[in-house]
Formats: sequence, C-alpha cells, structure tokens
Amino acid sequence: MKRHLLEAADLDRADATLVLDTAAQIESALAGREVKKLPTLRGRTVVNLFFEDSTRTRISFELAAKRLSADVINFSAKGSSVSKGESLKDTALTLEAMGADGIVVRHGASGAPHRLATWVAGSVVNAGDGTHEHPTQALLDAYTIRQRLGRLEGVKVVITGDVLHSRVARSNVWLLHTLGAEVTLVAPPTLLPVGVGSWPVTVSYDLDAVLPAADVVMMLRVQGERMNASFFPSAREYSRRYGLDAERMARLSDDAIVMHPGPMNRGMEIAADVADSPRSTIVEQVGNGVSVRMAVLYLLLGGPA
Amino acid sequence: MAPPSTLSSAGPGDPQQLLSADDVPRVVDRIAHQLIERAASSTSSGDGLADLVLIGIPTRGAPLARRLAARIEAFTGTAVDVGTVDITLYRDDLRTRGVRALEDTRLPDAGIDGRLVVLVDDVLFSGRSVRAALDGLRDVGRPRAVQLAVLVDRGHRELPIKADFVGKNVPTSRSQQVRVRLAEVDGEDGVTITGGEQ
Amino acid sequence: MTVLLKNVRPYGEDAVDILVKDGLIASVGADLSSTAQTIDATGLIALPGLVDLHTHLREPGREDTETVLTGSRAAALGGYTAVHAMANTDPVADTAGVVEQVWRLGQQAGLVDVVPVGAVTVGLGGTQLAELGAMADSAATVRVFSDDGKCVSDPALMRRALEYVKALDGVVAQHAEEPRLTVGAQMHEGDRSARLGLTGWPAVAEEAIIARDVLLAEHVGARLHVCHVSTAGSVELIRWAKSRGVQVTAEVTPHHLLLTDAQAEGYDATFKVNPPLRTAEDVAALRAGLADGTIDAVATDHAPHAGEDKECEWAAARPGMLGLEQALSVVVDTMVDTGLLTWREVADRMSVRPAEIGRLTHQGRPIAVGEPANLVLLDPTARAVVDPAALASKSRNSPYAGRELPARVVHTLLRGELSVLDGKVQK
Repeated sequence: MKRHLLEAADLDRADATLVLDTAAQIESALAGREVKKLPTLRGRTVVNLFFEDSTRTRISFELAAKRLSADVINFSAKGSSVSKGESLKDTALTLEAMGADGIVVRHGASGAPHRLATWVAGSVVNAGDGTHEHPTQALLDAYTIRQRLGRLEGVKVVITGDVLHSRVARSNVWLLHTLGAEVTLVAPPTLLPVGVGSWPVTVSYDLDAVLPAADVVMMLRVQGERMNASFFPSAREYSRRYGLDAERMARLSDDAIVMHPGPMNRGMEIAADVADSPRSTIVEQVGNGVSVRMAVLYLLLGGPA
Repeated sequence: MAPPSTLSSAGPGDPQQLLSADDVPRVVDRIAHQLIERAASSTSSGDGLADLVLIGIPTRGAPLARRLAARIEAFTGTAVDVGTVDITLYRDDLRTRGVRALEDTRLPDAGIDGRLVVLVDDVLFSGRSVRAALDGLRDVGRPRAVQLAVLVDRGHRELPIKADFVGKNVPTSRSQQVRVRLAEVDGEDGVTITGGEQ
Repeated sequence: MTVLLKNVRPYGEDAVDILVKDGLIASVGADLSSTAQTIDATGLIALPGLVDLHTHLREPGREDTETVLTGSRAAALGGYTAVHAMANTDPVADTAGVVEQVWRLGQQAGLVDVVPVGAVTVGLGGTQLAELGAMADSAATVRVFSDDGKCVSDPALMRRALEYVKALDGVVAQHAEEPRLTVGAQMHEGDRSARLGLTGWPAVAEEAIIARDVLLAEHVGARLHVCHVSTAGSVELIRWAKSRGVQVTAEVTPHHLLLTDAQAEGYDATFKVNPPLRTAEDVAALRAGLADGTIDAVATDHAPHAGEDKECEWAAARPGMLGLEQALSVVVDTMVDTGLLTWREVADRMSVRPAEIGRLTHQGRPIAVGEPANLVLLDPTARAVVDPAALASKSRNSPYAGRELPARVVHTLLRGELSVLDGKVQK
C-alpha cells in the first residue's frame, strides 16, 4: 500500500480488498470482547487535524486509533493557531517537529491533504477535502455493501444527489469501480459535473427508472442553500423528483439496501420512514467506519516508520 | 519419544524429510492421547475434557487444533471446544518486518475464562509467536491455565517458553528452515528441513 | 556609448557586424572595426529588443513580491527593452499621479522602458471611467488601458471605454472573464476539474466576453486588444472578427503555449493562473493562432507572488506565474523548434507587433542603420534547466522550475546601452 491514503485511486483492487478483509478480521477479533483494545499501534502518535467541523468522523478516527493503542491528539481549527492566521504549511511543520506518525486531515479545500503530504514525513489520511474525496467513507460504504449483500463484483449501485459538490460521491465512484461494482449517478443536470462523461458510470436524470434494478441506493446529502445559486428551483421540487420516499422504496427489489453517509436532511433527500427501515444501513455504516479506519491505520502505520 | 536425530549434511537446498505423510497423523494421534491423559488427570474442575479448549495459532496451528479435537472426539466420544487466535496484531516484529494480512480469530461460545487453554502451533522456534498468542488471549479472557502443544520443537528459544506437548524434537541450526505441510492448507502432510550449514 | 557586435546573425540570417553608437545602429556590414567595446557575438542571433504588453511589477503596493527595479532586471535578462506595467497596483494606477510614479521608477532603474498601463475604471471597480485623458497626457504617455485582473464586464461601460480611447489613439486591453460564470473558479472546467474537485472556469466565460467585445469594437469603430487568450474558441472568434475587419488584436502567454491543466494534478498552486491552463487542444489552437498571426503577440503576464500565497492549499493561493526571464526560451521551445515560427516571425510577435499595439515608436524597429539600438542577442543552441532560486525576480513562482529549456539571452541593449552583458544584468 502507498504511504498515504489521499484518494480512492491510491488503492488498487488488491489493496482495497486487503483493507476490507483486514477490517472484517479486526471486527471479529474484537467481537464479544470486554477489552476492545489491541496493542498494535502502541507508541505511535496519530493527529486528528480537522479544519472543518465534524464530530462524527473525528470521533470515528479517534476511536479507531485508540483501540489500536495509539496516542491521539485532536486539533480543530477553531480557537487554534490556524484561526489566528497560521498557514497549513506552518501547522504541518509544527506537527512534523512533534513527531506525528499519522495525520488524519479534514479540510475545506480540495487538495489540502496532498499539499500537507509534501511537508510531513508521516502518513496522511484524507478524512475529506473540499469537494474532492473522502476515501475512508467509500471504504466503509463498500464494506457495508459486502457485508449485507455478500459481494461487490457486479453489484448495481445507484448514487443520488448533489454529485457536483460531493467528495463522498467521487470516492465511491472510483472505489466501487476498482472493486467491480456498477455505478449509476442520478441527479438534476445542474448537480452533475461537466466532466462526468469521462467517469466509469452511467448517468440518469430519472430516479424512478433506475430504482427497480438497483442493489444499493446511496443517497447523498443535498444542501437546501444550493437553491440560492439556482441549482434547483426549490427544496420541494428537488425532493419530489430526487428524494427517496416510502413509495419509491417500495419499488426496490426485495434485497436492495439504502445507504446514506450522513448527516441526513430528513425530508429532503430521504424520508424519515426510509431512513429508519430495515433496508437502511445508516446506523451500521457508522460502526463499520471504526473497523475500516482501524484497518487503514494498521496498514499505514503498523509497519516500519 | 524417539531419540533426537542429528541431521546428515544434505546439500543446502535439498529438503530432508523429517516426517512423512504417514508419520504426521501418527504423531498427531500421540499428542491427542497425551492431551486426553492430561485432561483426565486434572482434578480441579470435574470433567477434564469439558474444561479443555484447543486454540490454534494461524496459519497451520488452526487446522492442527481442529485435527487434535477430531482425534480426541474419535478416541473418547466427547467433543472438545476449538478456536483460533490471530497474533498478527500482537506481533513484536511489525515495525521491522512490516504489516501483513490478518488471519481469523474465532473463539468458542463458552469462552476461555477459567478453563484450560492449550495453544496449538506447528513449529516452536523463538517463542515469540506463543508470546504474542498469550498477549492476545489476555485481552480475551482469563484462562485457569495455558499450555502449549506443537508438532515440532526446533530449539533456539529467545524467550522462557517451553512446550508441554511435543510431536517431535528436532535440533536445527538457526539458518535452516523447517517446513510443515498439512493437507488442509498444503494438499498433503509432511515435515521437511532445508538449507543452512551444520 | 559605442559597442561593436561582431559576427552576429540578425533574425537568424547571415552573420554581420553591427556598430552601435549614440543609441542608434550606426552601421551594419562585414569586417567592421572599432576602438570601442567589442563583443564577439559568433553564433548569436540578434532580434529587436522584446516588448511585453502585459507585466505585473507590483510597485506600488506589493514591493515584497517585486519592484519596478527587480522586475526591470528580470525583463532585461529575458531580452526585453520595453514592458507595459499593468495597473492593478495598490493604489491602482487610475490617475496621472500613479502612472507617472511608475514611469519615473522605470526611468530610475534604467534597464527597460517601463510603460505604465492605465486602469479603465476607477479603482478597477468596473463602474466609473478613470481619467484616461489625463493619463494619456501625462509624462507616462499611456496608450494601453486595462482593468486586468478584472474584466470590464458591464457592456455599456465597455462600449463607452472603447469609444473614449479613440480620441487618445489608445486601446482597451480586456481581461475577458464573465465574472458571474467564474464564481469561486479554480481551474479549467473539464474532465480534470470534475475529478480533482476544483470549481471550474469554463472556456465560455472567456469566449462570451470576446464575442461581445469584438462586436462592440466593430460597432463603434474602435481598437480592442484581448489579453492572455487561452481557448481554442477564443482564437476562432478573433479570426472571425479580423476577417470582418474588426480592429482587434490579441496576445498569448508563454505558459499557455506550453502547459495544460494536467499541471493541476497534485494541487501545486504554482500552476494556478487566471485564465487557467487548459487542454492540449487549446494549446494546439493557440500555437496555430500565433503562427498564422490571428494572435498578434506573445505577452508574459509576469505575475510575482509571495511564497505564502503559493505554498498553501490551491483554493487559498493567488493566481499567477513568473514569465519575463523564460518567455523567449518557451517561445523557442514551443514555436521555433517545432517549425511553427521563423526567427523573423518571433521578432514580429515579440517585438514589432507589441510595439505597434502599444504605439511605441522607438521599439520593435527593424535591425537597420539609423534605427534605435534596442536589441537582444541570444544563443539558440544553449539549453539550461530553470532554477527559480537563480531568477532576478524577487519572487520564485515559476512554472518552469526544473524544466530544461532552449535558448539563452546573452546580451540586451537598451538604446545602445548594455543592460545585460554575458547573461549578467548591469545595474
């Protein structure tokens, strides 16, 4: 595996499968234990460098690192030296001087983890950069699909929502393609990037047409504020044409599952009763996130420095 | 037990057979009988075999443990709990030799607390794998006692660890390699030794 | 000052000796001799001193990144004898006072003719015309007006600006970018921007303004100059406009002749620029447009930036690249070595046409007796790897760092005085 995990393309099929298999082994190794702790990363320091607010992802990484006995330092932008104007580069050099072995970074600018990686000697894990990628989210999504459906090869995944602004969509498109799944993107034309024609996906503007054949329906969060830049005329029209409600859910095949990376806009892209149905994997995605992130940290930091 | 045999200087690279495909099951049976005796003689908690858990250290310790359990059941009519504990995440050489894929950890439903755990492995060498397995068990539960059964003991211990049940003692030089093959993993049974100076 | 240049090849043609005296080319011939300083120019090509229509000297306001003096050094080392200094300084060059200040600083530096560009609108605000007449009448004799950095996007205002400068023999140089189509834009909008998650800067944002402006220029009978053309579509629009007789001229930067949006992979903001680097098809169309004269001139858009404005995440970086010192090498690499331009045509695009567009009567002149001795002597066979630490510019944001480029400027003469001798600036 490469030294950093910055984007889904950093993992070839063998690497991605290794991460999923490792996560499964870690999950079963810890199952039923009282002491959910492994000594593997003892003495390693993992820094959570979060320039964007995200309680859920940060806690997931923190838990993953601590369960592997690593020392964890949380750094959030608010109230830190960054908010006083310290640059990303200077922050990186400070962490480097303190000997961080792994840096998990979430930043509002696409490519920030790539720049960070040029200033530090440790491993950088991208926890979400701008509208670019969120590779560990895609890994836990793939893990969830494999766990629920038993396979990934040939699985038909429909990803619906604001693809243009979604790093989760991008990482999923590339990782699912690497793992042999078939991806269809559904969105209004305004929320699809101009370059989407070159992606290994099918594109549709009609959610109803693609639902019956879908094995997985992945809903992306859509911000209501996008309406103000005319990406769609109103929240009502968006949810009517692209929202997953109970009626649409009823038209899914029996084994199809519904996923959402969270946080959800209940009533906008997904109806409350859909989110709470047995088809929904939303809660187990969160638990799987810890196992997958443990696997990533083990594979990147467990070996020689 | 057969007296230790010193090995003739076969050319390096020439594998010399220590146990044949017929020898291995006989050795496994012998260990199974010893386990049955030991379980029967342990008086502190009633029926010895119910108290026994065989935990294999992957890769080959796992099928070996299953074989021993099967042989014990064939000889006594009593089923014995079997499990595996993956030691990869407890290894002390990850930093030097790099990460590797994980193996299965599977424990019996009844757990290991208060029971006699016998760790099972194919080759006992430095003892570090057993040490890692002990660390792994510690996070899982608190056995009454832990013992060790191995198919081959090849010497050169780096830690104060000894096997309680040994299939075959084989003096080796450090640079030699002992290879255990088991039908479940390698397609056939056998133990060979290759390489090294005498 | 008197200088004898021996064995030099004007426009890459046959070798001659050139005697320079009192600021003029005094004689051209074989076996000239003189007691004056003699330079052995064997193997060197002579071109008229290069003229840049588009440079950012950053003074006043950002002297930490470049000054008129350091920019002049960079220009002279690049073979330039005149540069147009863009108006987006702080304060903006929208009055006679500021343009005269910049002009005076250029005179003091004495290495190139610094020709200030006047802003079209007050403070580059895009709403009110600046005192274009006052700037034209000042000691700086401004003839090129531009809000570069920003687009004059209000069509009514652009019309008035085009009309007004007719009386000044001036030209509006438009930075063509419809701002409402480039909100938050970071790089060329295409396959790559979609994958990299960077907001796109679509080609149509440039082309739509050019289409509008050439029609306006036609309607009011004015000259129009288009800055840093970057798309194939823009080249086609300009070609069409010229065929209709519109008085439109255009420039292209060296980096747009060489680099594509592939440079954005890895998010090194050295390659962030406005307009952005685009596709290989655009590069090919720009080269063809420069070759057939649709694009009149090469202009560097030399844009120095401080380290902290480039060594950061892409979205936080300021757009712009250095260009003065490598411009000629890049043109040789992309246009001469590929057979698209002859040396005479290089002289045309990098000296003659820019001087005409800028109305500089003493620059871009033929290499002939009686003409001002503004010359650049270059070694066409040299090859060197670009080292940003060795540049004369105060800043280091060169997109050519580590790249091997052909041709080296050896000597530059400004009105008969050596501004650069043996690759070393003389002041």
